[in-house]
Amino acid sequence: MDYGAYDPAGGQPSSPPPPRAIKILLAGGFGVGKTTLVGAVSEIKPLRTEELLSEGSLRTDSTEGVEGKTTTTVAMDFGRISLRRDLVLYLFGTPGQQRFWFMWDELAIGALGAVVLADTRRLADSFPAIDYFERREIPFIIALNCFDGARRYDIEDVRTALDLEPGLPMVLCDARSRESAKEVLIALVEHVLATAAQESVSGIA
Amino acid sequence: MPSNDERWLDAEAGPVVRPYALTQGRTRHAGASFDLVATVMATRARVADPSSLAPEHMNVLQLARAPTTVADIASDLDLPLGVVRIILADLRELGLVAISTPVAPTTRIDTHTLREVLNGLRGL
Repeated sequence: MDYGAYDPAGGQPSSPPPPRAIKILLAGGFGVGKTTLVGAVSEIKPLRTEELLSEGSLRTDSTEGVEGKTTTTVAMDFGRISLRRDLVLYLFGTPGQQRFWFMWDELAIGALGAVVLADTRRLADSFPAIDYFERREIPFIIALNCFDGARRYDIEDVRTALDLEPGLPMVLCDARSRESAKEVLIALVEHVLATAAQESVSGIA
Repeated sequence: MPSNDERWLDAEAGPVVRPYALTQGRTRHAGASFDLVATVMATRARVADPSSLAPEHMNVLQLARAPTTVADIASDLDLPLGVVRIILADLRELGLVAISTPVAPTTRIDTHTLREVLNGLRGL
């Protein structure tokens, strides 16, 4: 790694700006392939978060009998893709259950968008994530992970089952494949670009 | 009624733990909050009294000699994000690190950057 450009002792008060960091969220139920997908397309790194049980989580998880402050440790999928010297993509994969929403709230701020990874055998696992992104108007796409042995569904049947907006992109993927994982991310960015173009045409932006 | 351990020990979340000793039990940091991918960079200020800093503080400073992010530091040092945030806030208060947020919280990413990301992904 070249540290020269950023050497604090280099006597250059106006050193080049640090790389721009872009966040993409990856949500989905347990065992749907989030870790696999992050590992397929990026250098995966271990990451733990440790959070004070917030007001929000206290409402859903009773902490009766727990004395004093408590925190919960959650393992996240975390991957880093250097697109260019000055542009780095960060993938954050988080558990899909509602009780982890306190993490998403933070992750979602300033994020490019989200991928909801779904398994056709357990579509209902992806409902909370879809609800979350729809309510907060965070752009997202659905990626259907095609597991070996899973029945291949017609993509329109899945769309109906998930009650999705007609324009919402849904892609099939193999989370183990680098090319396929890349295509998922490309589909997300294309969707975000298309949404931005629409908004500027209709004067919302 | 399950014990608290049982309630929290599942496949995706660890058990409830006590706040870390190295943050002196603090679970929230002082000053303005910062994003997971906020850029962290050590300033050129000298550490007046190195013995006043925990080894973890020194490790964070070492990593931040080159620009890095909050999430990268947590991952590289194998510390939970909450702990790294508190350490960073301490170091910021001492003027030893500068922390910037790459995007304004409410701003969408501009289309120019989106196209750059798209081209970058296609070129992988």
